[in-house]
Amino acid sequence: MLIFDHSRPGRTATAQLPAAGGSLDDLPANLRRRDAPALPEVSELDVVRHYTRLSQKNFSIDTQFYPLGSCTMKYNPRACNSLAMLPQFLARHPASPDETGQGFLTSMFELQEMLKDVTGMAGVSMAPMAGAHGEFAGVAMIRAYHDARGDTARREMIVPDAAHGTNPASAVMCGYTVKEIPTDASGSIDLAALRAAVGPQTAGLMLTNPSTLGVFEKTIADIQKIVHDAGGLLYYDGANLNAILGKVRPGDMGFDVIHMNLHKTFSTPHGGGGPGAGPVGVAERLLPFMPIPLVLNENGFYRLATEADLPQSIGRMSANMGNAGVLMRAYVYARLLGREGMHRVAEYATLNANYLMARLREAGFDLAFPERRASHEFIVTLKKLKDTTGVSAMDFAKRLLDYGFHAPTTYFPMLVPECLLIEPTETESRETLDGFVEAMITIKREAETSPDLVKGAPYSLPVRRLDDVRAARELDLAYKPTA
Amino acid sequence: MTIPADLKYTPSHEWVRVEADGTLTVGITHHAQDLLGDMVFIETPAAGRTLAKGEECAVVESVKAASDVYAPVAGEVIAANAEVEASPESVNKDAYSAWMFKLKPANPGDVAGLLDATAYQKLVESEAH
Repeated sequence: MLIFDHSRPGRTATAQLPAAGGSLDDLPANLRRRDAPALPEVSELDVVRHYTRLSQKNFSIDTQFYPLGSCTMKYNPRACNSLAMLPQFLARHPASPDETGQGFLTSMFELQEMLKDVTGMAGVSMAPMAGAHGEFAGVAMIRAYHDARGDTARREMIVPDAAHGTNPASAVMCGYTVKEIPTDASGSIDLAALRAAVGPQTAGLMLTNPSTLGVFEKTIADIQKIVHDAGGLLYYDGANLNAILGKVRPGDMGFDVIHMNLHKTFSTPHGGGGPGAGPVGVAERLLPFMPIPLVLNENGFYRLATEADLPQSIGRMSANMGNAGVLMRAYVYARLLGREGMHRVAEYATLNANYLMARLREAGFDLAFPERRASHEFIVTLKKLKDTTGVSAMDFAKRLLDYGFHAPTTYFPMLVPECLLIEPTETESRETLDGFVEAMITIKREAETSPDLVKGAPYSLPVRRLDDVRAARELDLAYKPTA
Repeated sequence: MTIPADLKYTPSHEWVRVEADGTLTVGITHHAQDLLGDMVFIETPAAGRTLAKGEECAVVESVKAASDVYAPVAGEVIAANAEVEASPESVNKDAYSAWMFKLKPANPGDVAGLLDATAYQKLVESEAH
């Protein structure tokens, strides 16, 4: 039920109305709307009940284990939220003069510096407001770099077949054509294919390390040499940064540009479609092209850089300081952890993933890459189970909901049939991981003895199995009152 | 496994029927639709379009993923199946009657380079590993 369905003409929450009736008389007639906006008319109690009920129906990191591979659904510490919500930050107008915002700007500058330090890059801009926004900024900088050198024949971006779908999309958005290269049987980039793919047309290579298959690209030194020798630049997709945070730095691996998902690695809330934050980090040669705004430190005075400071910038990617509230939360998170704490994030994320992987292997689950150590995530394939029982990865995922666990990522990466991509993150206890293993074992047994039970799941949630096909084909995205 | 013996195949899971007049009818295999799951959207190429071998020319989108369909050989699109765009689920029902486009090959001899049913069967089995 939508909030609109509770609406009754004339019902209102008087106590929530603005105190004094401001005058709108100075608005020109042609800018005023002719009809009243179609807003729901509800009481305060209606609103409280509606949203409380929705929050109770929601699967979230605050209520359940959420091992959604590639998404890094870690706990969002309350301190990050409460400090970012201080009225001094919250009530600051984004257009306030720099002089009155030194506290906020100092925080932003320090976050910029910490991100530089932890990734080994020469500069960071926090202007992009989502992962894909950051990717776009990163590829646009690669293009600006080649173009500024008059090296305009470089029009091809190499992307491994296991890459996130956003990688080729970002490349195409920047006017590049995409060249896909295959992965070898152990889940690594096929070096021979990479050597054959590079040339004077190569703008760069987009790579996630650890890869989407949950394994570290051990030949990264060779990969960077092949790409750089061909005159291309190396792009690092920060989707899986959690596994290596403070341990291995993309800058040291030879990457020229990276984006980070603060809403993953730096624990700002996500999962509802945003808001995110996708800062970009660059090597020395890309510094002039960074997107604005970014924060400059001029002898202890902090201010936002403009087009005048960075004339070669790819441009302004957010009107003000990115998603400022998200950046504040990430800043507090980084300060709470400190440099030592960041190392522990990577260690426990990797330990938890390998523990879970070992226990599931013992329980008879097939791993997609059994000979490889997991990074922060790993892949189970249910191909055999599907062939023998008819129970698919999707059925398995739905049944997990009945046992109180959010499903892992299903059917991604596409290279592995009937797969579950499992990422426990560092914030889960051993008891939680064991509970998840028990549920997995129970469902496997159910699939073998009563497959129809699993195929009909979920049973215990507010809604049963949804019609995915109808949902995708008959999009229903906006409320329309029934006439 | 459903792999009709009278069709030709590509490693990217298209099937190709060589018609009596030498034109080619193209769709995606039963195996491909099985991997993709329930189809929700299909886009076919415009008639008259000239395709290079391996060029992306159609899009199939399922509840799991969106994938490209590639030209099995170089040629010109002479017809596209509007019915399959209107009812994407027809690919799930019968992948071999739900064709996507017809192609006039630039070079009729290119068809010899496609996989036969036995070779395609082997490819599918090797991918399952």
